[in-house]
Amino acid sequence: MNTAALPAKAPRAVAAGTAPRRIRAATAEAPWVRMLLIGLALGFMTLFLFVPLVTVFYEAFKKGWDVYVAAVSEPDALSAIKLTLIAAVISVPLNLVFGVAAAWAIAKFEFHGKNLLLTLIDLPFSVSPVIAGLIYVLVFGLQGWFGSWFIDHDLKIIFAVPGIVLATTFVTFPFVARELIPLMQAQGIEQEEAARVLGADGWQMLWRVTLPNVQWALLYGVILCNARAMGEFGAVSVVSGHIRGQTNTLPLHIEIIYNEYQFAAAFAVASLLALLALVTLVLKYLVEQRVKTQLRCDGDRSE
Amino acid sequence: MFLHKTLLKRHSVLPGFDLALGFALLYISLIVLIPLSAVFLKTFTLTWQQFLDATTTPRVMASYRLTFGASFLAALLNAVFGFIVAWVLVRYTFPFKRVIDALVDLPFALPTAVAGIALTAIYAHNGVLGQWLPFKVSFTPLGVWVALVFIGLPFVVRTVQPVLEDVNRELEEAAATLGANRWQTFGKVIFPIVMPALLTGFALAFARALGEYGSVIFIAGNMPMVSEITPLLIITRLEQYDYAGATAIAVVMLVASFALLLLINLLQSWARKRQGGLA
Repeated sequence: MNTAALPAKAPRAVAAGTAPRRIRAATAEAPWVRMLLIGLALGFMTLFLFVPLVTVFYEAFKKGWDVYVAAVSEPDALSAIKLTLIAAVISVPLNLVFGVAAAWAIAKFEFHGKNLLLTLIDLPFSVSPVIAGLIYVLVFGLQGWFGSWFIDHDLKIIFAVPGIVLATTFVTFPFVARELIPLMQAQGIEQEEAARVLGADGWQMLWRVTLPNVQWALLYGVILCNARAMGEFGAVSVVSGHIRGQTNTLPLHIEIIYNEYQFAAAFAVASLLALLALVTLVLKYLVEQRVKTQLRCDGDRSE
Repeated sequence: MFLHKTLLKRHSVLPGFDLALGFALLYISLIVLIPLSAVFLKTFTLTWQQFLDATTTPRVMASYRLTFGASFLAALLNAVFGFIVAWVLVRYTFPFKRVIDALVDLPFALPTAVAGIALTAIYAHNGVLGQWLPFKVSFTPLGVWVALVFIGLPFVVRTVQPVLEDVNRELEEAAATLGANRWQTFGKVIFPIVMPALLTGFALAFARALGEYGSVIFIAGNMPMVSEITPLLIITRLEQYDYAGATAIAVVMLVASFALLLLINLLQSWARKRQGGLA
């Protein structure tokens, strides 16, 4: 609040409602404007965020604890949980390795075509999930490019687990790279150069200098990537055969039981994913604070 | 060593350029580029007339109108309220501010199917909000709009927020000193600085809404010609084994998304220039 030098700390005092009469700083809004804006913002968020979130848990427990437990522990739900975990466990590490490789090349070297590569990395975000599924059907489906070859070798990609993993990998593709690139660019190359001068080989430099420097941003990217991987619906819906107990992930399982009017069960399973979302937000918040502190420290060091 | 020699602009003492870039390019080709090119190659097997027939039937046209219209209106509402939310989070203090700030990202973290069934339940005729409304929301185009508002919400807030944080308060003081009232300062000083970010956020929300599927299909009711979105139509075509038809519609949507991506990149570089000039 360096703005209001003369009317010493007026805005804060007014907000607390202690002082009887204060002069408002010229760069602050009238109290009624402030109240109105806060009210509008909170009203909007309540309507579109809090109510849906609370609804998930309310509907999940409406019919009692027994219905809830039964819904999340029936065999089809368990196999959906298993498949969701499998898809995440494969696609997240793949995108993690890609993210580190891409960020290393982009952030530490100057090369032709860098902007094009950056745009390509963002590409999956602007492709509809449905189209993300469609492309794999076109490549691996029965009538696709490699469809007959896979049939001959008795391999199933589409309407099977590999297709689900591929589609999940596509939609979560940019997350890690996007978090790493700006931070690694900001950190420059001096520390890595120093490591090289001191005799570290490439891998030693990566494990002892580069990765420790970006560990929080890396974790942040992995958290976001994982949340999307476990929650993806559209892309997975296209490539999954919707076979109960076999090719249903959690979101697809929710759709099926919801369409069978088992609303309490659908919301019970949905509450698991909502819980995952909340955990993601908490972790994200904690890691974000770390990254901010780190950026500030890096800034101080380079000055 | 091929990549090294042809692409690198400056020699570097750091190792791993060939390996890192080589792997990145291979991976991006396998996962993204080759499969994506399948959409376009498949479309080339159609004649121009077949392509037009597949992409301009009345049912498809109705789905474009709904998808683009609802996405635009949802992004518009998000632009207005997203700006207010960002403003309130940056400028004011109030209870639970940090929790609320963190919850802005909920639509990113909450799986779309979960959001979809929750919104449907809320706005159904016996739902928490639906029972008080004099008109129907669930299973109408209005429901599509509600779902798209939900999923687009974080984009405007998260693009406007950092720019608003960086606004130099001395500019506002100068404006006040020169006799501007608060509205004038906002309209002539603050808003022009934030506008590129606001437009970027609007475009991002719009682009996301165009392709959205999971949160919409539960609440939309999916009536052909009325509340059927384009991504659903692609799936419907696929389920009828009309691969060419599905792909043709997908190409139309992809071209629209790529055009938006280009627009967003231009907006962002404009925003960077504006900010650079004012900082």
